[in-house]
Amino acid sequence: MISATDLRLTFGKGTPLENPALKGMSLTVNQGEFVTVIGSNGAGKSTFLNALAGEVLVDSGQIIVDNLDVTKLPTHKRAGRVARVFQDPLAGTCEGLTIEENLALAIKRGQRRGLTSAVKRQYMEKFKDSLSSLNLGLEKRLGDKMGLLSGGQRQAVSLLMASLTPSSILLLDEHTAALDPKTAAFVLELTTKIIEEQKLTALMVTHSMKQALEVGSRTVMLHQGQVVFDIEGKDREGLEVKDLLGLFEKQRGLEVDDDSLLLG
Amino acid sequence: MLSNIALYGAIETGLIYGLVAFGIYLSFRVLDFPDLTVDGSFPLGAAVAAVLIIEGWNPWLATGCAVIAGMAAGAVTALLNVKLKILNLLASILTMIALYSVNLRIMGRPNVALLTEETVLTPWYDLDLAYHQVPVLLFVIVVFIALILLWRFMKSETGLAMRATGANARMARAQGIATGAMIVLGVAVSNGLVGLAGALFAQSQGAADVTMGVGVIVIGLASLIGGEAVVTPSSVLRALIACVVGAIIYRLAIAFALNADFLGLQAQDLNLITAVLVTLAIVLPGVRSSIAGKLSRSKA
Repeated sequence: MISATDLRLTFGKGTPLENPALKGMSLTVNQGEFVTVIGSNGAGKSTFLNALAGEVLVDSGQIIVDNLDVTKLPTHKRAGRVARVFQDPLAGTCEGLTIEENLALAIKRGQRRGLTSAVKRQYMEKFKDSLSSLNLGLEKRLGDKMGLLSGGQRQAVSLLMASLTPSSILLLDEHTAALDPKTAAFVLELTTKIIEEQKLTALMVTHSMKQALEVGSRTVMLHQGQVVFDIEGKDREGLEVKDLLGLFEKQRGLEVDDDSLLLG
Repeated sequence: MLSNIALYGAIETGLIYGLVAFGIYLSFRVLDFPDLTVDGSFPLGAAVAAVLIIEGWNPWLATGCAVIAGMAAGAVTALLNVKLKILNLLASILTMIALYSVNLRIMGRPNVALLTEETVLTPWYDLDLAYHQVPVLLFVIVVFIALILLWRFMKSETGLAMRATGANARMARAQGIATGAMIVLGVAVSNGLVGLAGALFAQSQGAADVTMGVGVIVIGLASLIGGEAVVTPSSVLRALIACVVGAIIYRLAIAFALNADFLGLQAQDLNLITAVLVTLAIVLPGVRSSIAGKLSRSKA
């Protein structure tokens, strides 16, 4: 279980560019929940995810991951509990390293690294098994450099890497946004499959309201650094994009003016 | 054209600079950390080894201390960058400048002669080899051991974490890698290797001098880039071999240039030749691929 309580964060404090990104954000995600997060540009989606991952430290508030207060811990000290897939398909993997080396990095996520050989023979079966589940033929290309793979393939491998070792929460940061529609659909399908099979707790930020309603068990909308609504179960079933927009306007008395949010 | 002694001399120096190139490969290539500390850690290694040898220490022990001193210098540079957030290039320049004073303090004077002292080379002269072949034999062994150790390290869990740190720090952090610690470790090991090179250089040349570090970074880079042009660095092992090959080719090229009377070059032209060689090494691979590109286009 993870819980974020009253997170506040302002970028560029005391400068003319002062920008409050999180203004009292609170959210609790229970074990096994798959939460989709939507919100217009500048709503604080990415900042919230970065705060959970440790890439930015919040000014105030508290983040607890499985009974451990991680609020002040840097990224690498949280990595054992928090797995992550980035928006940029190139960001989640090292292109200069081989596929097996990337997987070997991920299999030790959050653990001590010693001086024994990184790519161990006993990993091979696990690597091949998980790669063959992608149906991309990558299990035969373990020694190939990551840079030889397409963006979609790399994102699929990033997803595997994030789920190779257990985590308290999997953070997905618009991880299909940079892919073409067909590849995006493939990666999204893979995401739901992995999350279901491994019963992962996941938080997926998306730019598309449609996607947010199609997958997951709960949807949260952020606006101006706060949660504006949070729906799950019966309330969420059969909901459509226009219903979401209606909800949003009712909650805030605002017009949604972000085209990408409407069209996505 | 090149005498036997000059040839062996070039290979001997080339092997020492191969160690420097290992260090520069580690900082510039693996960690993407432009580190100029080496101009200071090379004479630091020489100074520490020379002073301890004169004090009567075992030369191998003295050389080991030179390695540790080099590592400490590298760690200072890395900590300036990681902890105090000083730009990496500037941090290394600060350490380099500071080391000039440190080196003078260690030696107590601008240079220390080792000609009559027992060095790591002394026992090897009992072998049935020509005088100029002895250092080459010893340094081949040292470079080979360093290469194997570095290669195994790069393939280890920690080594892989270090490579990820340089290639994609954000991803490395997300995998739980303490990237700051990796930078400190990597830059320390890098300068440890350069300290070793300095210690061996002082012992083979018979003196440590406070100015002997000037341009080490450029020579090391020349070796690295030149080696990469000859041996495509498609794997860690090949990249390390490229360092040694590049360093030896560089020294041979210098020896040929200085020995070719028709060129009219003299010893004082060394730095000019180095700069020209480095420029060529950087530019030529690009020219080669653009020519290849034009050829393949015209075919199509």
